[in-house]
Amino acid sequence: MSDRLSGIFGKLRGKGKLTDADIDATAREIRLALLEADVALPVVKAFIHTLKERARGAAVSEALNPAQQVIKIVHEELIGVLGGEGRRLQFAKNPPTVIMLAGLQGAGKTTLAGKLARWLKAQGHQPLLVAADLQRPNAVNQLQVLGQRAGVEVYAPSGGNGEGDPIQVARDSIEHAKRQARDIVIVDTAGRLGIDEEMMAQAAGIRDAVDPDEVIFVIDAMVGQDAVRTAEAFRDGVGITGVVLSKLDGDARGGAALSVRHVTGQPILFASTGEKLEDFDVFHPDRMASRILGM
Amino acid sequence: LSRDHIDDDTWEEIEDSLIGADVGIEATTAIVERLRERTRVLGTKTAADVRALLAEELVAALEPGMDRTLRSAPTGDTPAVIMVVGVNGAGKTTTCGKIARVLIADGRTVLMGAADTFRAAAAEQLATWGSRVGAEVVRGPEGADPASVAFDAVKRGIETRVDTVLVDTAGRLQNKVGLMDELGKVKRVVEKHGPVDETLLVLDATTGQNGLEQARVFTEVVDVTGVVLTKLDGTAKGGIVIAVQRKLGIPVKLVGLGEGPDDLAPFEPVQFVDALLGTGA
Ligand SMILES: Nc1nc2c(ncn2[C@@H]2O[C@H](COP(=O)(O)OP(=O)(O)OP(=O)(O)O)[C@@H](O)[C@H]2O)c(=O)[nH]1
Ligand SMILES: Nc1nc2c(ncn2[C@@H]2O[C@H](COP(=O)(O)OP(=O)(O)OP(=O)(O)O)[C@@H](O)[C@H]2O)c(=O)[nH]1
Ligand SMILES: [K+]
Ligand SMILES: [Mg+2]
Ligand SMILES: [Mg+2]
Repeated sequence: MSDRLSGIFGKLRGKGKLTDADIDATAREIRLALLEADVALPVVKAFIHTLKERARGAAVSEALNPAQQVIKIVHEELIGVLGGEGRRLQFAKNPPTVIMLAGLQGAGKTTLAGKLARWLKAQGHQPLLVAADLQRPNAVNQLQVLGQRAGVEVYAPSGGNGEGDPIQVARDSIEHAKRQARDIVIVDTAGRLGIDEEMMAQAAGIRDAVDPDEVIFVIDAMVGQDAVRTAEAFRDGVGITGVVLSKLDGDARGGAALSVRHVTGQPILFASTGEKLEDFDVFHPDRMASRILGM
Repeated sequence: LSRDHIDDDTWEEIEDSLIGADVGIEATTAIVERLRERTRVLGTKTAADVRALLAEELVAALEPGMDRTLRSAPTGDTPAVIMVVGVNGAGKTTTCGKIARVLIADGRTVLMGAADTFRAAAAEQLATWGSRVGAEVVRGPEGADPASVAFDAVKRGIETRVDTVLVDTAGRLQNKVGLMDELGKVKRVVEKHGPVDETLLVLDATTGQNGLEQARVFTEVVDVTGVVLTKLDGTAKGGIVIAVQRKLGIPVKLVGLGEGPDDLAPFEPVQFVDALLGTGA
């Protein structure tokens, strides 16, 4: 547990009853712990508000000692915000299921495309990877290498590096998938900034061309306070149905998870935990809660 | 910071603006404490004056007097060697391309070494940048020893008498001990040719508090001499570099402002602080 939290919980331990002063003091420390974990400020404020309400209600009603009560409430609230039990990928009634990836530059989209393809193939699916990032230098080659490693076909009619129309590629990929009897289409897209209107319009264009069952927002676990603005921009610009947190193999506390959940309300589906295709896991809200708290 | 008299809300807004820019609790607390002290001493009365003082404090925290020039000029016959390091996806390869562009536009000759032999198509990406900006790129086969590719690149740069060799390295998270050891080795092997002139840490402006740990560990391993703060064209403020400067004394030298070859600029503390506080043009 982080020094900060063990400190306050130590102070609470041994006291008989949770007073308003206890709650306020604890809330202040929790606030700092969340900020140090990179949870965005407006999200911290909302969280602390809920926490205080619950702690006040709980103080009189439960039999646990005050420290146990606070730990339990904070942890429960965090798991609740992070998504409780989580959910699985949504598959289309009529295949192919289309999964579109979107996010900031360098977030881990292309790598995730390879990971998803490998993972789904291992479950007996026939995925198709689609190279619709025609912007970033050699994004198409990168996806081709990953596709080869995953043993999955890559649809790449355009070499990219600034040439070609990603919306057209995305549209055509669906026909291609049907002809080749692929049941899942994974569309890799270029990284883009939330404030880049032209690029956000392109993302919406790709979405409209493929009518995705999932639009997965990929976000780097190291992202700080900007997580809220970025998640809002992608929510409003393309629409998000799920989130993947990447680079969780690092030592960032990953408060962005909480920020993104707060903004989008959409589930965090997977954790990306390394550079290799097998470094991939379903998302565990309970582990993430402990990580954010430094426990 | 809208009202004109100073009250608790003024202070809270100041704190929030710093925390919201990723400056971090510790640096924010220290800066606000100093600001309160100065406000008392100077008898500052209006929120606008406090805001001006805050900007001063932030600029001072960035040590504007520091030398931020890139050591890219050759010594005698040997090219300057610049190593570019950082975590995954921060913008290292793009930054190599942009730096090469600036130097070449200045009439210098540049060679780039693709010492990222790990990530899919990383060498191809650097090669694309090389042909875009007119720099030769030395690369090894995929999976080759990155240290030997870096060594070969500098060797080739010496032979062809270029002015500057840029060594692009693979992204690595600083908590990966094996990968950090590998990076240390890349640098030591390159140094067989002579000292490395600059080791640039590429930091993504969206990075939160982990950025300080990145700077700390990379500095420990390869002695970082400057930071390149990328993706500042987005909504992120990049305030973590204030903490990096305060704690570790490593100056930001360059900023990345886009994905194109010309989207690189020198770091200007005053301009950076204006953007951070939202008071810029
Ligand atoms: N350590 C670690 N590295 C990762 C992870 N996911 C991706 N990466 C690395 O992060 C870097 C960027 O990943 P990409 O998949 O290229 O990211 P992207 O979002 O497609 O980037 P753009 O297409 O440029 O926007 C690469 O070096 C990847 O190997 C992860 O979970 N852990
Ligand atoms: N908007 C913006 N995007 C940038 C900037 N610098 C780099 N990028 C983008 O960020 C993504 C990652 O850049 P790279 O140069 O591949 O990053 P890297 O650090 O070499 O990545 P790895 O080698 O995979 O660790 C690419 O999509 C770049 O185009 C910048 O200053 N602004
Ligand atoms: K910015
Ligand atoms: Mg990509
Ligand atoms: Mg690179």
